[in-house]
Amino acid sequence: MAFGVEQAKRWMSIINDNIQQQKEHLTELDQAIGDGDHGLNMARGFQEVVEKIASANYEDLGSLFKDVSMTLIAKVGGASGPLYGTAFLKMSLALAGKKEADDKEMVAALEAALDGIKARGKANVGEKTMVDVWEPVMEFLREKGSMQAKEAALLAKEKMEHTKELEAKKGRAAYLGSRSVGHIDPGSASSYLLFAALAEALEG
Amino acid sequence: MKYVSLVLISHSEEIVNGLKKLLNQVQPDVSIAVAGGNDGEIGTNTFRIKEAIESVYSEKGVVILFDLGSALMNAELAIEMLEKTDRIAIADAPLVEGAYIAAVEAGLGKSLDEVVRACEQAKQMVKVER
Repeated sequence: MAFGVEQAKRWMSIINDNIQQQKEHLTELDQAIGDGDHGLNMARGFQEVVEKIASANYEDLGSLFKDVSMTLIAKVGGASGPLYGTAFLKMSLALAGKKEADDKEMVAALEAALDGIKARGKANVGEKTMVDVWEPVMEFLREKGSMQAKEAALLAKEKMEHTKELEAKKGRAAYLGSRSVGHIDPGSASSYLLFAALAEALEG
Repeated sequence: MKYVSLVLISHSEEIVNGLKKLLNQVQPDVSIAVAGGNDGEIGTNTFRIKEAIESVYSEKGVVILFDLGSALMNAELAIEMLEKTDRIAIADAPLVEGAYIAAVEAGLGKSLDEVVRACEQAKQMVKVER
């Protein structure tokens, strides 16, 4: 697998397509247990990301993901702005100076992103957050030692659906307590879209 | 600056603008910056918080008070983007009561640690005697 600037741009473009398509769905999920702005925020943020990186030339993956990060931090409100912003900031640091990432470097960069998300949100597995998708997916990729993105995306989908059974311990949904059970966590849903987009970007 | 400064963060611009007015009435000498809302909508914004901190920063220190969860994440991220960060503290306190106490204490010339400790006491404050 070769993951270079072109693949990274394609990844962002597919995430954006996925999110624009699922905007209403993400909003509905967030209306059920949060403040109802996840779809709109993510759609606005990734639209800006795509516009920002489309015409720019990047010497390395680090500078591309830095732009992604800063755009998300500036444009996405709510918790997902700082969380996804931190994730891509950590990826940009892990991939600084690299024109291309091999499997190992890509897994390490995603690992750094997960560490960033956990540090920023102070969340762990089982608390009905995006960590419930990211952590098992990274465990899987770590074990395989290669970017098996398709399998990772399938696992992400399964783990997203599993958040339905969990009680929220973090964010606005935590105020609902046991009433949060029965709903998919919106952050886990957008995280699934991110991994699904990565699989698609690597396929082409 | 003689006094510790305050930065007030809320998902709503009106909340922090109103709170600032309230505090200015009590203590006009303390510098207070606000970061409310995100592009005119409900939310918080890292870059606005960063600017607010910079606008009142002094070696005496800056206390940050915020309303709900994601404001904390944006505040932490804003601090990470700043060069000087050792005189900035985030208070674990209710926004209105905490900011009120912080303004009063800061106006008495208290140190950063003292102001933070005092406003965090607001969590234990009894408002209705029963």
